[in-house]
Amino acid sequence: MSSVPNLNKTQPRWLVFALLALGLALLPFLVDAGLGRSWVRLLDLALLYVMLALGLNIVVGYAGLLDLGYVAFYALGAYVYAWLASPHFGLHLPFWAILPLGAALAGLFGVLLGTPTLRLRGDYLAIVTLGFGEIVRIFMNNLNAPVNITNGPQGINLIDPVRLGSFSLSQPHTLFGFTFTGIHLTYYLFLLLTLAVIFISMRLENSRIGRAWVAIREDEIAAAATGINTRNLKLLAFAMGATFGGLAGGLFASFQGFISPESFNLMESIMILCMIVLGGMGHIPGVIFGALLLTLLPEALRYTGDLQRNLLGQIYVDPADLRMLLFGVALVVVMLYRPAGLIPSARRRQEFADAKG
Amino acid sequence: MSAPKVGNPLSGKLDAELTPLLTVSAVSKAFGGLQALSDISLQVHAGEIFGLIGPNGAGKTTLFNALTGLYSIDRGEIRLNDARLDGRPPHQVLHAGLARTFQNIRLFAEMTALENVLVGRHARTTSGVIGAVLRLPGTRREEADSCERAHALLRRVGIAQHADRLAKNLPYGDQRRLEIARALATEPSLLALDEPAAGMNKGERAALRELLLQLQADGLTLLLIEHDVKLVMGLCTRLAVLDYGVKIAEGTPDVVSCDPKVIAAYLGDEAL
Repeated sequence: MSSVPNLNKTQPRWLVFALLALGLALLPFLVDAGLGRSWVRLLDLALLYVMLALGLNIVVGYAGLLDLGYVAFYALGAYVYAWLASPHFGLHLPFWAILPLGAALAGLFGVLLGTPTLRLRGDYLAIVTLGFGEIVRIFMNNLNAPVNITNGPQGINLIDPVRLGSFSLSQPHTLFGFTFTGIHLTYYLFLLLTLAVIFISMRLENSRIGRAWVAIREDEIAAAATGINTRNLKLLAFAMGATFGGLAGGLFASFQGFISPESFNLMESIMILCMIVLGGMGHIPGVIFGALLLTLLPEALRYTGDLQRNLLGQIYVDPADLRMLLFGVALVVVMLYRPAGLIPSARRRQEFADAKG
Repeated sequence: MSAPKVGNPLSGKLDAELTPLLTVSAVSKAFGGLQALSDISLQVHAGEIFGLIGPNGAGKTTLFNALTGLYSIDRGEIRLNDARLDGRPPHQVLHAGLARTFQNIRLFAEMTALENVLVGRHARTTSGVIGAVLRLPGTRREEADSCERAHALLRRVGIAQHADRLAKNLPYGDQRRLEIARALATEPSLLALDEPAAGMNKGERAALRELLLQLQADGLTLLLIEHDVKLVMGLCTRLAVLDYGVKIAEGTPDVVSCDPKVIAAYLGDEAL
């Protein structure tokens, strides 16, 4: 049941935590030195996707509601941030006010979009939520006339970076002789929020609410007959998931400095879903691993271009094509050999083992 | 726990002394052209084991689904302790004190036996997201209390050794017991059991019988759909017989088993 991997019983827990904390704190510097600055940036993005995947995991993994429009909440959080902290409307509110606002607004939209889908299940729910995701994107694409709200396909530019007083995450800072660049500092901010999301997910998983979600996933009729208000708890799952999505969206906007509807297409929703399925649905370590893998792996596959040139003398297959091909093959292989995900929860592992035997 | 008494503890009481717990008045339900329930009226008194029998397709499970809010009824009224149940969603029916089990076991397959019973505590606990995330003292107390009660209920139905096993990996008879434990966790005043002995072997049936008598001795009222005539006749205080959605008989087991209409329904008209 415990979702924390038991590393070593004889070692005191705090030592494991201390080593883990030290590793996470040093990670951007190690990556910077070993792989280059662009990989630190990627690390930041990977943390964003961990938040997104954990948010969607509440909806899909716990409550069992197949949501293909999750990216709509990501978009909403990003646009709220962009509206309130960019020259677009001339507003420059501080991030600590906008981030919670964007997350809360996304949560509210989670309830609004969840309400009409309450009677739907499985495939039907997937189709409707897919529609919602697209509607939000198309709205963002077209709300530049008659009143320019979203600036249409051009997107919103010059979004403020995270800034506290004069301390901005876009400039390097020197502390204790270390130079922290913007992307290093962003890493720490994202890490902190990611840890918060992980913490909330873990606490919810083993609670009255988490059990009710899983009960709805397992058998909605039995759940209702056992006293669970399925309507409210489904809406709560939508709202919690959307809140995490909105939070990640706000961070994304501040991190990129530019957003456009293109960033929030269906493929993005599918990718986040893939992270969950690939890593291990409903299992926090699996979901985190899936998110990291699917963010970092495609980038690593870019190097296949250099590899071809070195080995074969010229590039035969465009790395961009090869990347998608290998990615697809990897997905198929995982689903064939580890259908419960790469790091499945104990119970799902048991389920698939039973199915085979 | 006192040893269960054999026979019917209520049989000595006069009708006037009995307090009605569940009152079903003229309930009708049709699916398209099929009249599944026609003007069903019955009363279940506090403390009794009330049996609902009838041939396959007589409408017993339909009546259960109507009682527990899974089906809406076309006409009539359902009351539990004067609280209207009809027109209310299933979770509110449960809150009012009517819990049920299912004919084809509906456990939360991927949850452990203990977690299944803990889900049963949902209706009687209140902690929410904030409490769970911050592990507020109230939530911790509630969670500890729920755990303790859940373990006690697993012991009570006799499957304490399976607490940490996934529900779907339990033996068949134990799955039925787990469903009862989950229903008991909701602290019902009336427990409706839909064929609890179906598929059980002789030993499991005897154990189930003991359990049901113990529950009755503890003051719980039971409503029971069952095909096993021996079990029903020995266990129930009173019976109602349904056939084609109509109540054709009601009374003590002795009276009902001699009713010509009941014999006809079960054996065909030629038997008379």
